[in-house]
Amino acid sequence: MSTSPFTFSFDDRAVPAEDGQSVAAALIASGIRSWRVTRVEGRPRGVFCGIGVCFDCLVTINGSPNQRACVIEAHPGDVVRTQEGAGRADLAC
Amino acid sequence: MPISPAEPGPAAVHDIVVLGAGPAGLATAVAAAARGARVALVDAGPRPGGQYWRHRAGDDGAAHHDWDRFRRLRDGLDAHRDLLDHRSGHTVWHVERTGAGFTVHTLHAGRPYEIRGRTVVVATGAYDRQVPFPGWTTPGVFTAGAVQALLKGQGVVAGRRIAVAGTGPFLLPVAAGLAEAGAEVVGVFEAGRPLAFGRHPFTVVRNAAKLAEGAGYLRTLARHRIPYRTRTTVVAAHGTDSVTGVTVARLDAGWRTLPGSARTLDCDTVAVGYGFTPQTELAVQLGCAMERDGDGSLVARVDSRQRSSVDGVYAAGEACGVGGARLSLIEGELAGLHAAWATTGARPDRRRLARLLRRRAAQRSFAAALHRAYPVPGGWRTWLEEDTVVCRCEEVDVAAVRRAVTELGATDPRTVKLCARPGMGLCQGRVCGYATAGLVAEADGREVTADDLRGMAGRPIAQPLPLGVLAAGADGAGNEA
Ligand SMILES: Cc1cc2nc3c(=O)[nH]c(=O)nc-3n(C[C@H](O)[C@H](O)[C@H](O)COP(=O)(O)OP(=O)(O)OC[C@H]3O[C@@H](n4cnc5c(N)ncnc54)[C@H](O)[C@@H]3O)c2cc1C
Ligand code: FES
Repeated sequence: MSTSPFTFSFDDRAVPAEDGQSVAAALIASGIRSWRVTRVEGRPRGVFCGIGVCFDCLVTINGSPNQRACVIEAHPGDVVRTQEGAGRADLAC
Repeated sequence: MPISPAEPGPAAVHDIVVLGAGPAGLATAVAAAARGARVALVDAGPRPGGQYWRHRAGDDGAAHHDWDRFRRLRDGLDAHRDLLDHRSGHTVWHVERTGAGFTVHTLHAGRPYEIRGRTVVVATGAYDRQVPFPGWTTPGVFTAGAVQALLKGQGVVAGRRIAVAGTGPFLLPVAAGLAEAGAEVVGVFEAGRPLAFGRHPFTVVRNAAKLAEGAGYLRTLARHRIPYRTRTTVVAAHGTDSVTGVTVARLDAGWRTLPGSARTLDCDTVAVGYGFTPQTELAVQLGCAMERDGDGSLVARVDSRQRSSVDGVYAAGEACGVGGARLSLIEGELAGLHAAWATTGARPDRRRLARLLRRRAAQRSFAAALHRAYPVPGGWRTWLEEDTVVCRCEEVDVAAVRRAVTELGATDPRTVKLCARPGMGLCQGRVCGYATAGLVAEADGREVTADDLRGMAGRPIAQPLPLGVLAAGADGAGNEA
């Protein structure tokens, strides 16, 4: 297992991650469970399906919103921020 | 829905484009390339393996079953590099018939691509099936598959005190894996009461290995003193920002809660799953005939050669019925051999085909027995409150779905979707489709039909796309890069 540890920032706090780990996995390993607030009721959300299907885990990474934290790999120095709303602004389906 | 301009120039046309690189798609691609077919293997993930062999770079496979088989398949991809074009990180959002073949539209690193083939094999697998319950949107409630993917694919244990709930044999390896990794599993709550397979002796004899695997997981649970309760499930999760506990209740045969049986348990995590839902939108896009499988899921209908009802379109693995990785491997190899035969004329070995068909029949009958042993009766609807969220994306509650039927006169899920918006969010009804169909049927006083499910499973665009891609269409620049 590759385990070169590094950190990225989540809402200005340093989160450790391992090489190849998803942003969501690193956050959960640090005890962080939600990184989005829903549009209608303002409820917290994090991982639900874990495999890119449910879009619950959306987060802003390096300024780009709507990234699925469960499928995006973390990189050293990434700036990850809580996302407000579904943030579907530029997504269509 | 042809939004791309006409062919921008000569591009490689593959004999076979395989959609999905899980056990089914890998077996398809390797079998077909070994018979001389030119194959493109397309998957959204960064590495092959699908759900069963989900792993990180450098993973030695210690946490995985059948890893040797995976290594052989991966070596097979390498060995046939000249014929096999492996496109990882390509999300397929549309497939259409163009001329004599098919065009597969993908998105890779934010750019559109087109991959062409004379035939396609749909091997898109499945994802966890869910029914809603009060509190299921609270952070700390995960699908059973998510907890498994975190553990096996990421080396992360989802929580400290974990309740595992739902129905089906998959709950056992999830709970056993968590216990072995050091989590405290407060219980496995199996809503069904899986009857002894003694009723299907033939099936038992032919699948002894699989049953032994289940027994092994039960022994692991016993060793860790983890209670395994049947006809019991998590009917509510508590906590506002994170799970603090659950309500567990006993169920009758129809899954209505038994009065007085509810009790609360402290835990910080719930892993829940009620079987799996096949990922069928690409088959639906292509016009393949669909049917309801024994577990109530919509699946692509295939024949003994894994051919769908549409000429040139094959399906293999869980897209044509949930049955586990071994069945996916068998169906994948069958699809690969037949699609290669159809496109290159390389006639497969008769004895190999006969053997694969026998093994497919045995595995399918075992899958059917499992579907009978772990049904999902409609009583889950009695666990709901009027304000329980059904559609997590659009935050549509039970009352809104029921109102669409009783007050707005909708009689099918597709109409309910238009009036009340369940299934209109980014997951496109994948998570709430099954539950919405069940709630609408109940409010309309009838049973769920295949048409209800198709109404929630049709997705002309299989994955949400950046608007820029839709507006521009494929500009040709990205083709066959
Ligand atoms: C989260 C999860 C975890 C699981 N873990 C286990 C386990 O540990 N043990 C076990 O026995 N079973 C597990 N299962 C059951 C699993 O479904 C089967 O074991 C097996 O993986 C099925 O093989 P398959 O090839 O049919 O499909 P899958 O393995 O699901 O492979 C399908 C592939 O298609 C790709 N795909 C789908 N749609 C698209 C698209 N539009 N564009 C591009 N690519 C696409 C997916 O990325 C995936 O790689 C799990 C299921 C889930 C959902
Ligand atoms: S948790 Fe479902 S998409 Fe990430």
